Amino acid sequence: MFESYDPRQGKRLQIMDETGNINVSIKDVPLMSDSEILIAYQFILKARVADEWSVSLNRQGRLPTYPPGKGQEANSVGSLMAMHKEDWFVPAFRELGGMLYRGIPLSKVYQIWLGNERGSHFEIEKYHTFPISVPIASQCLHAVGAAYANQYLKNNRITICFVGDGGTSEGDFLEALNFAGAWNVPVIFYIQNNQWAISVPRKIQTRSTTLAEKAFAFGFSGIQVDGNDVLSVFAATKMAHEKAQNNQGPTLIEGYTYRLGAHTTADDPTIYRKQEEVDQWINKDPLLRLEKYLQKKNLIDGLAINRLKDEYKKEIMQEFEIAEQTPPHTVEEIFAWQFKQLPEDLKEQMSNLNIRLKGSVG
Amino acid sequence: MKALTLVQAVNDALLVEMRLNPNIIVYGEDVGVEGGVFRATTGLQKEFGDKRCFDSPLAESALAGTAVGMSVLGLKPVIEMQFSGFAWPAFNQIISHVARFRNRTRGAMTTDMVIRMPYGGGIRALEHHSESMEAIWAHIPGIKVVIPSNPYDAKGLLIAAMRHADPVIFMEPKRLYRSIKQEVPDDAYTIEIGKAKIVTAGSDLTLLSYGAQMKEAVEATFQLKTRGISVELIDLRTISPIDKKTIIASVKKTGRFLVVHEGPQSYGIGGELVSTVTENCFTDLFAPPARMSSPDITPPLPRGERLYLISTDMIVNKIMELINYRP
Ligand SMILES: Cc1ncc(C[n+]2csc(CCOP(=O)(O)OP(=O)(O)O)c2C)c(N)n1
Ligand SMILES: [Mg+2]
Repeated sequence: MFESYDPRQGKRLQIMDETGNINVSIKDVPLMSDSEILIAYQFILKARVADEWSVSLNRQGRLPTYPPGKGQEANSVGSLMAMHKEDWFVPAFRELGGMLYRGIPLSKVYQIWLGNERGSHFEIEKYHTFPISVPIASQCLHAVGAAYANQYLKNNRITICFVGDGGTSEGDFLEALNFAGAWNVPVIFYIQNNQWAISVPRKIQTRSTTLAEKAFAFGFSGIQVDGNDVLSVFAATKMAHEKAQNNQGPTLIEGYTYRLGAHTTADDPTIYRKQEEVDQWINKDPLLRLEKYLQKKNLIDGLAINRLKDEYKKEIMQEFEIAEQTPPHTVEEIFAWQFKQLPEDLKEQMSNLNIRLKGSVG
Repeated sequence: MKALTLVQAVNDALLVEMRLNPNIIVYGEDVGVEGGVFRATTGLQKEFGDKRCFDSPLAESALAGTAVGMSVLGLKPVIEMQFSGFAWPAFNQIISHVARFRNRTRGAMTTDMVIRMPYGGGIRALEHHSESMEAIWAHIPGIKVVIPSNPYDAKGLLIAAMRHADPVIFMEPKRLYRSIKQEVPDDAYTIEIGKAKIVTAGSDLTLLSYGAQMKEAVEATFQLKTRGISVELIDLRTISPIDKKTIIASVKKTGRFLVVHEGPQSYGIGGELVSTVTENCFTDLFAPPARMSSPDITPPLPRGERLYLISTDMIVNKIMELINYRP
């Protein structure tokens, strides 16, 4: 199936276009049902509301730095919908929608952005999700190791790993692709090509025409999809998943998308990109085309959309407050997780720190 | 019991522990068919198959990075860096992830693994094959650094490392790989990580070393004994965390301290231990606590290496200086 969408021949999979019309001539890929499309819409909407709310929390000084994912939500939501619950999810850091779909409480995500390690306490059997990874592309190797483990343990679980377009220039990304191919392990690499790595445009990263075509150098297939079309994202991931389950190895998916917001709340995109470029992409918003489709099909109306938005906003605020109100760290906590058992030397340093903090000697 | 060299003891540790723990996966460059360039993994692929012991593509960051994924999912990767001088491409994975997963996830995920690497000079090798950069690893919170100095300890410490709940960097003194044989029990046994060993009890001075340098330290201790000087010799064995208790108790008894190690002096293991002794034994000291290491220069290639490494005579002379010290 991947042969018909070879990125080297300039192909990009798009099932639903910007007006919410489905290309009915595409028959060789797995399609989402209307009820799945509705679910996807709900998670994308929820991620969108959370995202906009987070940016405003940052402006109020209640949330330090936050990396908005506005405009990219279909990528992580659609791909995780194509995965099973026990499959492994290795995020970068712009996959809020996917995390919500996984059932990770938003309060945990907010704890992370509030600077609290407790947010990354993802119970393995509950979420099968790695913590977000800040060193760009380093997580790609973790995914390959996880995929090796799954193959070794014969548990038929697939691993999906996210990385940005900038991340594809890192050695770890390329080493991960190479190891995945050499080991033929069940892993899917998903590039969120949002056209920018902070201020650096995609064309500066590589002379390759697409990012998806890099897969072929490592002995497996790559596909470029319209990352703002959740149906395409779902279809490509589903096919890659099936392929991995049949022991046919890794796949590279490039979601062609756009970051509508700033890189993080500390970034000013007006320095490096023009508003006209952003405006063009606003028309391609993944949420808008889903709304058009669902309204045409009478599966949702303006009233229901507003009701959902209100409901999400309330939930999001509650979750944020839970995160905000977590009790502060203690000296014991910041030492406790360095090792399973605290070495004598660290015990001594801990008690010295306690004394120092109390401002007394002895 | 059988008489084994240090590298055979490493091999034996892997063999007996892999029989006990089916989750141990050994991989790296040339470790499969060839059994490693030093033969530390000889016979493992034959006995356990190529899913448990295999040649990986040549990329050190990928060795450590994939081991992160494997260990989070419950396997116990034991990876080999062919030489410690070639471990640096893996540095980011080790410092940013291997050392941090337990803390980052508040214990939900652990990256317990063993990263083996031969280190140290004196084997007349090419550039990058002779460094002793253990201080760099020891500086990283969240990992432990272990260095054995003899076959018996190598087996016991490596098995302990493979059973450890946290990641261990296991540095093997390649100068000693085949230089001595020692009786080693056939079965699995462990030596506690984090515990130094008093090799020779003594009363005049505490001499501390580890790894390959222990050879000269033992010789110096013996020579000084014939001169009537009683040296208490300690083998550090675990570089991080430091067994302060054993060191402090010894120096409180002897009143003199010398630490000897390969590798650059500044910000090194010697400086750390001298600080520990100064802070804890200040009033017990008869002489300034001292360190002897290589100078802060790029390790010379083999033609110049004798100028860089520390000899038995150098240790003896330094100890005499400390014994004769008068304020
Ligand atoms: C190894 C590394 N280098 C630099 C950074 C700083 N940094 C954070 S995000 C980023 C850009 C990432 O771009 P991309 O991979 O396209 O992901 P995006 O932010 O667009 O989602 C950079 C350079 C980092 N986090 N890690
Ligand atoms: Mg980007």
